[in-house]
Amino acid sequence: MRVVAAMSGGVDSAVAAARMLDAGHEVVGVHLALSQSAATLRESARGCCTIEDAGDARRVADRLGIPFYVWDMAARFKRDVVDDFTREYAAGRTPNPCLRCNEKIKFAALLDKALALGFDAVATGHYAQIVEGADGRRELHRAVDMAKDQSYVLGVLDEDQLARSFFPLGDTIKPRIREEAAARGFYVASKPDSHDICFIADGDTKGWLTRKLGAAPGEIVDSDGAVLGQHEGAFAYTVGQRRGLALSRPAADGQPRYVVEVRPESNQVVVGTADLLGVNAITGDHARWCGPAPTGSVRVGVQVRAHGEEFPATAWSVDDRLEVRLDARIRGVAPGQSVVLYDGSRVMGSATISVSRLERATTTTTITTTTTTDAV
Amino acid sequence: MNAYLDHAATTPMLPAALAAMAEQLAIVGNPSSLHRTGRAARRVVEESRERIARAVGARPSEVVFTSGGTESDNLALKGTYWARRDADPARRRLLVSTAEHHAVLDCVEFLVEHEGATVTWLECDADGVIDPETVRAAIETDRGSVALVSVMWANNEVGTVADITAIAAVTREYGIPFHTDAVQAAGHVPVDFAASGADLMAITAHKLGGPVGVGALVARREAKMVPLVHGGGQERQVRSGTLDTAGIAAFSVALAECVAGLDDEMARLVALRDDLIDRAMALSPDIRPSGFWQRGDGTRRLPGNAHLIVPGCDGDSLLYLLDAAGISCSTGSACQAGVPRPSHVLLALGVSESDARGALRLTLGHTSTASDVDAVITALPAAIDRARRAREIA
Repeated sequence: MRVVAAMSGGVDSAVAAARMLDAGHEVVGVHLALSQSAATLRESARGCCTIEDAGDARRVADRLGIPFYVWDMAARFKRDVVDDFTREYAAGRTPNPCLRCNEKIKFAALLDKALALGFDAVATGHYAQIVEGADGRRELHRAVDMAKDQSYVLGVLDEDQLARSFFPLGDTIKPRIREEAAARGFYVASKPDSHDICFIADGDTKGWLTRKLGAAPGEIVDSDGAVLGQHEGAFAYTVGQRRGLALSRPAADGQPRYVVEVRPESNQVVVGTADLLGVNAITGDHARWCGPAPTGSVRVGVQVRAHGEEFPATAWSVDDRLEVRLDARIRGVAPGQSVVLYDGSRVMGSATISVSRLERATTTTTITTTTTTDAV
Repeated sequence: MNAYLDHAATTPMLPAALAAMAEQLAIVGNPSSLHRTGRAARRVVEESRERIARAVGARPSEVVFTSGGTESDNLALKGTYWARRDADPARRRLLVSTAEHHAVLDCVEFLVEHEGATVTWLECDADGVIDPETVRAAIETDRGSVALVSVMWANNEVGTVADITAIAAVTREYGIPFHTDAVQAAGHVPVDFAASGADLMAITAHKLGGPVGVGALVARREAKMVPLVHGGGQERQVRSGTLDTAGIAAFSVALAECVAGLDDEMARLVALRDDLIDRAMALSPDIRPSGFWQRGDGTRRLPGNAHLIVPGCDGDSLLYLLDAAGISCSTGSACQAGVPRPSHVLLALGVSESDARGALRLTLGHTSTASDVDAVITALPAAIDRARRAREIA
């Protein structure tokens, strides 16, 4: 097949491209220029992309002896990912831009352009697996390396997109990938992993949002409306967040306080005790299915944020809407994040969380997620 | 099978130049040394200088060897600006055409940002031609402020050849130094430095069958320049550094061979170029050559330049698709690792931003044959079709 290898300049996409070549495909490396910022991706004088990452990707491509191109998708990226990100935060939600990028850019704009140019598929360095099911359908599965598994951010891909995608790293653990990169003589073998949101170079999401949306001082209140402190913009808070609240009054009961709700319309951040965070019902919209949509209610495992735990639940969908009922309460369910459904290691689909709540009828024990939601 | 249609980027070395270079590379000798090995090297350098001077209508003493076209342009622009400004602080204005190569444009930008220069841009017409009266009008707005004028001899993207003699006649009237970037012209169209009336002229070896890494600034003896590279005082104290005997020898052999066979080669390339443009235009009604083009003419557009506008396509998509089909060409904007931008040259010619995205530069040279033209004409229809579909998406 003729395959575009999306090459970020990192070690994973470098090895992914090499593996596609080894598998006998005709491979062309493509680096996506996504930033609008003059300082990072575009050189002021002539609008060139000179970032080190593009150079690193090119070095790998040269070493593999494959053609290499930079495709400018900055306008699409801004519209579909960055602006969406800002809008979501402004609306009091916590978006996942990687997921949006996969849905709108890597497996849409990039894939469509590649197909138009005569390619058959796109390969990326995501940690996930595509498994051919008994009926010949391509299924999306978790990676072997659970610590690196990125199936969560791929839960937006539909069957057609999966049919045109390759994830050559899914069967290998990350340390082996680094070893392989070194053995292949890639100079990026020891390049650090990227963790932060790619368009927020310094990792300061709160500062970035404040610059974009402007400071909007407001109140931090408890569920009875008592003012406990001040904030510089409700958009910077995420449900489940504990750190960075700087409450002026300690809670009477001495228990730690968490963000339990963000109210953009009144610019208020509502805090409460941990037990207020426990939910067992989630409603999502924008449901996407990685294969045929299930009929009726199904038993699933759900994951509500990247690198989060999986919890048993029952789910059903009505058109674009997804309903999830968890077996037990969980915490840290933030509107705007995605709920991804699993059947064993197979990704079934996803939806964007719009509402989560506690339905008293089925009260059971609360399970605390092991990763606390970091302050943004 | 690969068809190379990117001779304006760099052209294969001529066998005689390669032989001359290899011969010198095998011998030791610093041309600045006083002993017999040094003298032997010096003789090669000076004979090469004479050969180059003869080929471009200059005196040997006017040939200053450099590392290539970019350095020559830098020396001409910065060196002259500093010398003029030092002699008269009022002379800080640069008159430069908008379609220049970045080797000139970025010098201007540097001088404006860091050295107190101002710039008056000389606008070209839709063919890429600068009217000498435009130069006069720009000078006349404040004649005492002009440091220098720079207009390229032949455009590297669209191949338009300027009327350098007419422009030099104007700058002469005012006694203003005139630099011309002749990197694409030398060896490809008649270039006579003395007859042109220019004061400074940049040329380079690798565009005419010599090696990469050697070029020259042809500069009148009276042209005053502050050196950019200080050191041992070689090249009239204006460009220090040990001379590259092998490269210089190869440069001179290549240039002399180009000039000796110029008429025949021009006629041959004009015929190939016209055939290429005609057949490309026949593929789709909206495909057109950019800049000035007249069948049979090789003096107003470079004989080997077939720069096309393919509306509805992105040049980089065409580039990839043609590359995959075994055709090496370029979009014209020499952007190393970056996001393709519409060419400033095409925008200067008044081409719309949308059309400028569909630029395709096919350039022919001494190894080009009719089969190269056949190959690109065969590959183009499918490439255009796919590139148009890709652009509709992205």
